[in-house]
Amino acid sequence: MNDMTPDREERKANLKGMGCARKRVEDARFTQGKGNYVDDISLPGMLHGDFVRSPYAHARVKSINIDAAMALDGVVAVLTAKDLEPLSLHWMPTLAGDKQMVLADGKVLFQGQEVAFVVAKDRYIAADAVELVEVEYEELPVIVDPFKSLESDVVLREDLDPSADGAHGPRKHPNHIFLWEVGDKGATEAVLDEADVVAEETVYYHRTHPCPLEPCGSVASMDKVNGKLTLYGTFQAPHVVRTVASLLSGIEEHNIRVVSPDIGGGFGNKVGVYPGYVCSIVASIVTGVPVKWVEDRMENLMSTAFARDYHMHGKISATKEGKITGLWCHTTADHGAFDACADPTKYPAGFMSICTGSYDIPVAYLGVDGVYTNKAPGGVAYRCSFRVTEAAYFIERMIEVLAIELNMDAAELRRINFIKKDQFPYNSALGWEYDSGDYHTAWDKALEAVDYDGLRKEQAERVEAFKRGETRKLMGVGLTFFTEIVGAGPVKNCDILGMGMFDSCEIRIHPTGSAIARLGTISQGQGHATTFAQIIASEIGIPADSITIEEGDTDTAPYGLGTYGSRSTPVAGAATAMAGRKIKAKAQMIAAYLLEVHDDDVEFDVDRFAVKGAPERFKTMKDIAYAAYNQAIPGVEPGLEAVSYYDPPNMTYPFGAYICVMDVDVDTGTTDIRQFYALDDCGTRINPMVIEGQVHGGLTEALAIAMGQEIAYDEMGNCKTATLMDFFIPTAWETPHYTTDHTTTPSPHHPIGAKGVGESPNVGGVPAFSNAVHDAFRAFGLRQSHMPHDHWRIWKTANDLGLHG
Amino acid sequence: MIPASFEYYRPDNIAAALAVLEEHGDDARVIAGGHSLIPMMKLRMADVPHLIDLQDVKDLRGIKVAGGTVTIGAMVTQAELISSQDIAQAAPIMHEAALQIADPQVRYMGTVGGNIANGDPGNDLPGLMQCLDATLTVVGPNGERDIAAREFYEAAYMTAREDDEILTKVSFAATEGGYAYEKQKRKIGDYATAAASVLLTKEGSTVSTASIAMTNLSDVPVFSEEAGAALQGSSCDTDAVKAAVAAMLEDIEPNEDNRGPVEFKRHVAGVILSRAIERAWSRA
Ligand SMILES: Cc1cc2nc3c(=O)[nH]c(=O)nc-3n(C[C@H](O)[C@H](O)[C@H](O)COP(=O)(O)OP(=O)(O)OC[C@H]3O[C@@H](n4cnc5c(N)ncnc54)[C@H](O)[C@@H]3O)c2cc1C
Repeated sequence: MNDMTPDREERKANLKGMGCARKRVEDARFTQGKGNYVDDISLPGMLHGDFVRSPYAHARVKSINIDAAMALDGVVAVLTAKDLEPLSLHWMPTLAGDKQMVLADGKVLFQGQEVAFVVAKDRYIAADAVELVEVEYEELPVIVDPFKSLESDVVLREDLDPSADGAHGPRKHPNHIFLWEVGDKGATEAVLDEADVVAEETVYYHRTHPCPLEPCGSVASMDKVNGKLTLYGTFQAPHVVRTVASLLSGIEEHNIRVVSPDIGGGFGNKVGVYPGYVCSIVASIVTGVPVKWVEDRMENLMSTAFARDYHMHGKISATKEGKITGLWCHTTADHGAFDACADPTKYPAGFMSICTGSYDIPVAYLGVDGVYTNKAPGGVAYRCSFRVTEAAYFIERMIEVLAIELNMDAAELRRINFIKKDQFPYNSALGWEYDSGDYHTAWDKALEAVDYDGLRKEQAERVEAFKRGETRKLMGVGLTFFTEIVGAGPVKNCDILGMGMFDSCEIRIHPTGSAIARLGTISQGQGHATTFAQIIASEIGIPADSITIEEGDTDTAPYGLGTYGSRSTPVAGAATAMAGRKIKAKAQMIAAYLLEVHDDDVEFDVDRFAVKGAPERFKTMKDIAYAAYNQAIPGVEPGLEAVSYYDPPNMTYPFGAYICVMDVDVDTGTTDIRQFYALDDCGTRINPMVIEGQVHGGLTEALAIAMGQEIAYDEMGNCKTATLMDFFIPTAWETPHYTTDHTTTPSPHHPIGAKGVGESPNVGGVPAFSNAVHDAFRAFGLRQSHMPHDHWRIWKTANDLGLHG
Repeated sequence: MIPASFEYYRPDNIAAALAVLEEHGDDARVIAGGHSLIPMMKLRMADVPHLIDLQDVKDLRGIKVAGGTVTIGAMVTQAELISSQDIAQAAPIMHEAALQIADPQVRYMGTVGGNIANGDPGNDLPGLMQCLDATLTVVGPNGERDIAAREFYEAAYMTAREDDEILTKVSFAATEGGYAYEKQKRKIGDYATAAASVLLTKEGSTVSTASIAMTNLSDVPVFSEEAGAALQGSSCDTDAVKAAVAAMLEDIEPNEDNRGPVEFKRHVAGVILSRAIERAWSRA
């Protein structure tokens, strides 16, 4: 050792490991337009596909005439269901155990449904040819309301045997998909019957859409000489796509390579399998050249997976003092034309059963009826872990309604019902084991940060001023305390199409001490290349800047279930730490050999192994890596690499306290968000800057959903919101300033204690914004109104309450 | 979102542009900033086999203020309206309105002429032209003619301009007194839920002249003469404002759309107009 040796803290800082606000390594290429997205891929001889789509929401397809389209110069093929049928690819399985038409097979069930696939020499010719395909339709009665659907004589899915069970048990009507029940219905109803106070309300979480910046697309390239299919696409789960493609096409899995290049946002929209992917594959097999399909914005909004559309009818009971005694919920879930949700198989309503929230509720019941309608299929987890947003919105609205019923302060009602710190691990009435939490500390910190009592005082004064006619603006304080369930999940109860939901990481240390790690996940903007390198840096002492993270190529990355449901850090992040520990164990043996001491006599110290009690005698990880490859070490294989497949023992349960302060103009329905405070507890924090970025982004999506974003249909099933003029995406102008904060309660079962954070702001943000709107009108008798809280709906609320004089 | 194919022309003078229009009749259209036309072409709602780009026609550019008259070339962009000192001085209401059109990207391309000629009830400048009592100058095979803005709009996308005519400029008297352009929209880049243009002059403590027009509340921009009349001679007190709003409500006929139902729009129109009058009066 000499004076030049950096001290411990300095060596630690050099690693840029966990806890460091390391700049995102991805941003250099994204901010300079050097990303490589699916639409950037151009292969020699590549053809372009485009869809003929149904203008009707429900119609029989009488005939399809492709002659004029085929006659157009540059058109290579026009595929219809008839062409796919011999391959059994005119229908495909969905991730929810249902099946979906790839191309219209006799009828169409939603506006925008894929009817024919045109393949042409360029994208322009394809678009022209789409216009030339003549389809004769016979309109059928349209059902857009799930309640009417269950009473209708109109059978939407004529392909299903009405008396046969569905994937999730008996169906009570031809348009019914499943009834899923959790909890103790009888006991819950008994408690409700006896309760001092019961609040009952219907909470509708409207249909919206993840609307990633980049829409969906794929490039399929079938090499007929070597029999290999390469599929580039916007896939949040590339390995699952490979397996499904193999099962569907009969091509052996080793002959399929799936690549997710850079992905411009997913938010659940890119989990499912779409007809475009299938058609590009078939077209490439048929033509023998690569075929690209990329949808446009309207196609994305009209036909690929939507989110939410849950009608949640709830009852919550409490003692006079406000202690909650039971929760009951029946949800009618509008799934659209096909059940194409992307939930773990055993959970047809996802993790909606986290709807007891952050509260110690002794008994609860949840029933969910899935229903078919003439709307686009989907029901994906839009920046949430399988219906957790719906659950959080439901319970956080029910708490507010109960507070009204009890004439209590909603912050206090939450406080007296929180699960206490010493109750963790906590078993909820609906069957989950919450890993860790300290809700009271987080809540107190949040209320103090916003000066909650001061806000309530100001609000009361505002109400008085309003009544005196001195102002036309009301003030709302939107409270939310949410608990998520993320990181799916334990293979014993979580699978998708039978594939267990583990994840993986493989790390290779190069001889000169830098490294590459590959994971089964795929970043769509989450910053994996930045944060996973930080985990490795801290685990094995190689600087994050010397570590390449690679994901998304199934030929090179280890198998994993992909990125959604905040599972990357809880599952693949755990695998990363475990793989790092395997490397560290081998490094320890090598270091001991090099230092000529017993294995047990060396200890890890930031970036090296040193002899215990003699820190000046050490070997850095760089030294060890070199030796691993270049020195014959008795009893030790050359090389330094490891792979870990991690099957999580439990989910993780991030939580947070959000408070939104909003002014509401009762005359115009416009709102002004004065303050938004977001406290997140995601366990161990890997990169505070990335966390903050995720929170800002998620809150802005929550703002959009709560305040204007929706997929709306008219009675005829026409989608009314298929462009960004009507589908609300906030700009910097509409986006408020966010104050972020945190507490840290590590997950006890996760190797590094991290819980996941990417979805928390959407889960907690929506109820915070919505509760602020509701709270503004509480003094005037509002109990429940429906999102999105756009200008006219807020205006209508004010009008219905008689506030327009 | 790919338009059908089209022939592209880029003449550098008006005569050449007119010649293409004449040759292809209905099949030809001029394109200015393209921010209304291109989306329609991409949606294949407009089919334009012959597209005549006016970007190189220098005679259609320029803002001039002379002898109390403001003249704006059809190809002046909405961004230029915002940066022009002449506009800020001679017609500050136009500066205020231009700032509320779409977003900066759209305004760099979108033109005054395109916004006015388009005939979309959602466009902001047509309502403003009503308020300003502007004159629109068009030129066609039979030469040049002037059309009063208040006579220009017939129905949605239907105007008094013939298909073979080009809008060359708009002109109006420099404004005086108080002004306001008030617009409610759902977000940046949205058309109006309701918008009001108000010009007021004051003599002593009473309103001497008032001009009021509304945007996106009928299938054409609405000049509400009665609303203006209700203010004239008043002290712009609450009752006068109420009377003006009541008169305006007689003149509008909003449709339900994603911005909201008719009842809401009528209510907001009243609120927006009251606010515009208040602001204009405070500046008079
Ligand atoms: C996202 C978005 C938001 C928008 N928001 C608003 C808004 O809030 N308020 C608003 O007012 N506008 C808005 N617009 C429209 C925008 O202002 C357009 O630029 C404007 O409507 C048309 O002007 P242009 O120069 O782009 O015309 P173009 O799109 O090129 O042409 C429009 C029409 O006018 C005709 N035309 C153009 N110039 C002439 C001429 N000199 N003589 C005869 N005919 C002509 C064309 O043939 C065409 O039919 C928005 C547009 C977008 C894309």
